[in-house]
Amino acid sequence: MNFSDTLLFASGSLRGSRSRTLLMMLAMSIGVASVVILTALGEGARRYVTGQFSSLGTNLVIVLPGRSETAGINPGMLLGQVARDLVVDDAQALLRSSAVRRVTPLAVGTAQAAHGALNREVVVAGTGADFLAIRHMDMGQGQFLPQMDFNSAMPVCVLGDKIRRELFGTQPAVGEWLHLGDRRFRVIGVLAAQGESMGMNTDDLVIVPVASAHMLFNTQALFRVLIEAKSRDMIEPAKRDTENILMQRHGGEKDVTVITQDAVLATFDRILGALTLAVGGIAAISLSVAGVLIMNVMLIAVAQRTQEIGLLKALGAPPAEIRRLFFAEAALLSMAGSVVGLVLGEIGSLAIGQMYPSLPVAAPWWAVLAAFSTALGTGILFSVMPARRAALLDPVMALARR
Amino acid sequence: MIEFSQVSRSFTVGDQQVAALRNIDLNFTAGEYVSIMGPSGSGKSTLLNLLGLLDRPSSGVYKLDGMDVTTLDDAQQAQVRREKIGFVFQFFHLVPRLSAAMNIELPMILAGIAAEERKERVSTLIKSYGLSDRADHRPDQLSGGQRQRVAIARATIMRPVVLLADEPTGNLDQTTGKEVMALLEQLVEQGVTLIMVTHDPMLGKRASRQVGMVDGEIVADTRGTK
Repeated sequence: MNFSDTLLFASGSLRGSRSRTLLMMLAMSIGVASVVILTALGEGARRYVTGQFSSLGTNLVIVLPGRSETAGINPGMLLGQVARDLVVDDAQALLRSSAVRRVTPLAVGTAQAAHGALNREVVVAGTGADFLAIRHMDMGQGQFLPQMDFNSAMPVCVLGDKIRRELFGTQPAVGEWLHLGDRRFRVIGVLAAQGESMGMNTDDLVIVPVASAHMLFNTQALFRVLIEAKSRDMIEPAKRDTENILMQRHGGEKDVTVITQDAVLATFDRILGALTLAVGGIAAISLSVAGVLIMNVMLIAVAQRTQEIGLLKALGAPPAEIRRLFFAEAALLSMAGSVVGLVLGEIGSLAIGQMYPSLPVAAPWWAVLAAFSTALGTGILFSVMPARRAALLDPVMALARR
Repeated sequence: MIEFSQVSRSFTVGDQQVAALRNIDLNFTAGEYVSIMGPSGSGKSTLLNLLGLLDRPSSGVYKLDGMDVTTLDDAQQAQVRREKIGFVFQFFHLVPRLSAAMNIELPMILAGIAAEERKERVSTLIKSYGLSDRADHRPDQLSGGQRQRVAIARATIMRPVVLLADEPTGNLDQTTGKEVMALLEQLVEQGVTLIMVTHDPMLGKRASRQVGMVDGEIVADTRGTK
């Protein structure tokens, strides 16, 4: 019996028992579809987080004051010293590194903002002109802070979109005066609305020059220093230079923590990758359940078609041929089920993508491939026993039954 | 052409050995028309199964066309069945989901014969068996006589050297039974060897050689009284 005849005969017997075939295909396709949809969701979550991180800025290196020690006692702690403050001159000094493109200090505090009769508590960020570029933000109206020395104060501010709405309403904000604490600032620009990213809502922010913020809060300390490396490959050198420069400036003490966005990103990437695998694995269990179902139904099919198998043997089909026929049936069945499942899975992913447009839902190619081959594999694996049983059937007994 | 020497077949029932055939010596020559008769349990069906290689003897040697077929493995026996033996069953055993033409084609599909040749041979045979208008019908749309004619067509499509029939008219009424017998006998006239098992003496007497069996032994072997 040649290959195409085997397939034809097998597909004929599948068509012969339609409801059995449809039910098995359904089981198979649900398994495949769940693998596709679940891995698509996991992959979507991973890409979502990755996207969020890169919206923070690319090639970002962040300096935090203080050192997170995990072992031993810092001698300073015994003397009652706290970590040395990070100051604007530190930030200025970091520009010496050849790996660094931009640097901006960041001082954060809260202050009472008032315009006319309206006032509210706002988060004030004191920073430099490069903040906009480093954080990939866009202006809505007016200008951002001008390029100037980190040490010179200037009574200008840039508003987040929400602050503008709440304090100015429909009035134009640019050019107006805004009271922050006991000082007045001229509004020179408004940020474009951009929503939340990584827990920091820039819509809710008032940005002033860093020196002005220091005057406002009466401190010299910085909350962060944001550094943009020249390229992805320069992130590590930038981090090293930053650590060296700050160590020199702080009397040889390593009292800052330098983190790279890459490291954080890689961690999240790993966690979410593992999550995707785990979810995909759970879905794969449903696939193997479908495999067991196929075995069950194939066994019933062998019992139901005892006579036909006996006849095929009498007509001269060797045992191997009978086995091949049942394999072909299982393979066709799981193939059809897989294709239907893949289509269902893609449709489901699309539907979820429609419902949550911010989530980039798409099954990774390896999951699609794995689902397909697992389905085919289980289908064939679980048909080994039924096929064997059919091949070993005694033709005399098989034909004796009416 | 068919040589049985000292062929026995016993079955284990519970813890007892039950002999279905005891030391049978039997020869058939090509073109013979043989009926095997006997009461139920006389071993005639077992004999037919052994002849058709559906079963293996417990002891003894079976030579078909001069070849010892008892020592062949399953796959080789299947090939012998495919090429040299045709079966006609009491209950037709047609594949219900296949059309009459497809049922007739089945042995050739199993033998791996090319599709064009298959179609040609099937259509010739269908015409000569008077089934032309029934070729695309499924078995459940055929009458009993038509079903058996399809089954006979299927048994002869590979041009076997021997045709084994197990109560070929057992499930048919008198008239159609006669038609089917006429068809089988027509095949004998064309040179086919026909070995038929029946318990109907009227039917058995039509054969040119009649073998009688009781309790697994041959008790009569008469020729040519027709």
